[in-house]
Amino acid sequence: MAQPLLEVDDLHTVFSTKEGVVKAVDGVSFELYPGETLGIVGESGCGKSVTAMSIMRLQRPGRIVGGRVMFKGQDLTRVSDYEMREIRGKEIAMIFQDPMTSLNPVYRVGWQVAEPTRLHNSFDPKRALASAVEMLGRVGIPSPAARQKDYPHQFSGGMRQRVMIAMGLTTTPQVLIADEPTTALDVTIQAQILDLLRDVNREFGTATILITHNLGVVAGMCQRLVVMYAGKIVESGPTADVFANPKHPYTWSLLRSIPRLDAEQHEPLRPIEGLPPSLVDLPTGCAFHPRCVFRVDRCSRDTPPLAQVGSTQRAACWVTQAGTELKGG
Amino acid sequence: MAETAAKHLSKAWTTNEPLVTVSDLKVWFPVASGLMQRTTGHVHAVDGVDLEIKAGETLGLVGESGCGKSTLGRTVIRLIEPTAGTVTFKGEDITHRRGEKLRVLRRDMAMIFQDPYASLDPRQTVGDIVGEPIDVHGLAKGRERQDRIRELLRIVGMNPRFVDRYPHEFSGGQRQRIGIARALAVEPTFIVCDEPISALDVSIQAQIINLLENLQSKFNLTYLFIAHDLSVVKHISSRIAVMYLGKIMELAPGQQLYRRPRHPYTGSLLSAIPIPDPKIELKRQRVIIQGDVASPVNPPSGCRFRTRCPRARQHCAEEVPPLESFGAEQMAACFYPLEA
Repeated sequence: MAQPLLEVDDLHTVFSTKEGVVKAVDGVSFELYPGETLGIVGESGCGKSVTAMSIMRLQRPGRIVGGRVMFKGQDLTRVSDYEMREIRGKEIAMIFQDPMTSLNPVYRVGWQVAEPTRLHNSFDPKRALASAVEMLGRVGIPSPAARQKDYPHQFSGGMRQRVMIAMGLTTTPQVLIADEPTTALDVTIQAQILDLLRDVNREFGTATILITHNLGVVAGMCQRLVVMYAGKIVESGPTADVFANPKHPYTWSLLRSIPRLDAEQHEPLRPIEGLPPSLVDLPTGCAFHPRCVFRVDRCSRDTPPLAQVGSTQRAACWVTQAGTELKGG
Repeated sequence: MAETAAKHLSKAWTTNEPLVTVSDLKVWFPVASGLMQRTTGHVHAVDGVDLEIKAGETLGLVGESGCGKSTLGRTVIRLIEPTAGTVTFKGEDITHRRGEKLRVLRRDMAMIFQDPYASLDPRQTVGDIVGEPIDVHGLAKGRERQDRIRELLRIVGMNPRFVDRYPHEFSGGQRQRIGIARALAVEPTFIVCDEPISALDVSIQAQIINLLENLQSKFNLTYLFIAHDLSVVKHISSRIAVMYLGKIMELAPGQQLYRRPRHPYTGSLLSAIPIPDPKIELKRQRVIIQGDVASPVNPPSGCRFRTRCPRARQHCAEEVPPLESFGAEQMAACFYPLEA
């Protein structure tokens, strides 16, 4: 396989709160290869967004207290703020969940989309605007030359998300981080935006990190995925293998608990019992053990490392690492 | 609970008539603009809907945001008075009920809301929240009231000792259970569930869906289940109504709707929903419809979906397609339907 474009290695990001130190990202490692789409899946509070924010160095008030983020031979956790500004938005771009709050309501859309090239490529305003208009057209905004004069509130949710994507792409970044890019959108609009992201990936070869809680979105978009739970990666591997044969009980239970559109007959859902843990008061050992149907004694004592299970996957589970298959009624 | 179950039976609607009938229902909201705030138009939130809900069934109502599904749900239980049309509940016209007669009606229907953070008063204890409907309708007092509240909490899977706690002490899933206990407090026969799980974490959603299903069979409840997630709706519903810009586009049992959608909107909605299986996703043919939902203030003439419909022709702009039968139990409002 090619050299990874981006390498996250044992990343730790913490937040100090009244209740204590929250380890939002607790030893996360993964690689992103050129041209691929990698999914980061997990529920709210699992640390998937903080991981993305830490890569972009936008984690404040959180603090990166350990690990490295290697990109083109540099450790992004250690470069100066100035150097980071040169990378952020130019070589690594990010699109956010809510396109309304992440666009500035008082500037025209064209001006905002042109900002990255004005800043990073030193385009003069006229040239920057011309390239912004071109990009707006490419992401499917009808009559972009006229629409660039409009303000964000004059766009629908889906169109705003297209604007965000255009803004991210003007500098032709090598990495695009999309944090829940379709969660705020209706399904037919979600389908349009996912289709656009597929096109972007094909046309520009942009490596994409897609953060989502929606397993269906991952199934259709990502070649590889990592599953996060309580700040840690619990499983990673090629999407097809993880879905066909999950090696962590959390992934296994999650896949069984969601209703599927293509279900042939009505069967009661098999929910995961209990609640996701509070990050200030994590269970000992494996954080998933209180909800796990496969747990053994060791799970409440020792935290399992993420290790190879099977030929293509990695899982942080004592049970599957010992060779047990995940099965059950 | 045997006693309460028995009381339920007396409220039950045992005839074969539909429990709820909605005919040509219209709900328009005025749009005011200008200095004088004169009414310059109307949002056609619900614009001519006919629907029947059978006793004991779950009718799923799906559609994208702004299609009028929540307004329809609220109108059916008379939280909103309709602009035109009628709502019949247990054979009686309740469209314009007011005062005491409306209050009595409220003992028979309830609502579960989407956002368990916004729908519970943060200054009330769990006991106050669940007890309020009991007090309002004078259903129980003193010791009996306390027992009832504890019983309701037990039914929804909460520890009865939580009565003196406040909503902020609970997670989203537990709050939704409190909301469900409150809905059950009046022992309703009919509950409108408005996006009851969309604010919850993925691993919690299945718990609430299963709870709703168990309660339905235990107390013989009838649900109108409103959601935008067709996978969830298909799982829980006996029949599904697909709504677009204030109108019902298609109505069919879930499996049939999935296998043989007849309305192009249903078809594109189905193909837009990601299936959590990479093998299937890889092979799927996607019909991605272009554009956005048109404005409900000035809905398109004729069929409302025609502005985004790949099959639209001249006829679709000239006439509104009626909701017609397509075989047993399936109805669609389309002049050029998808092949079966």
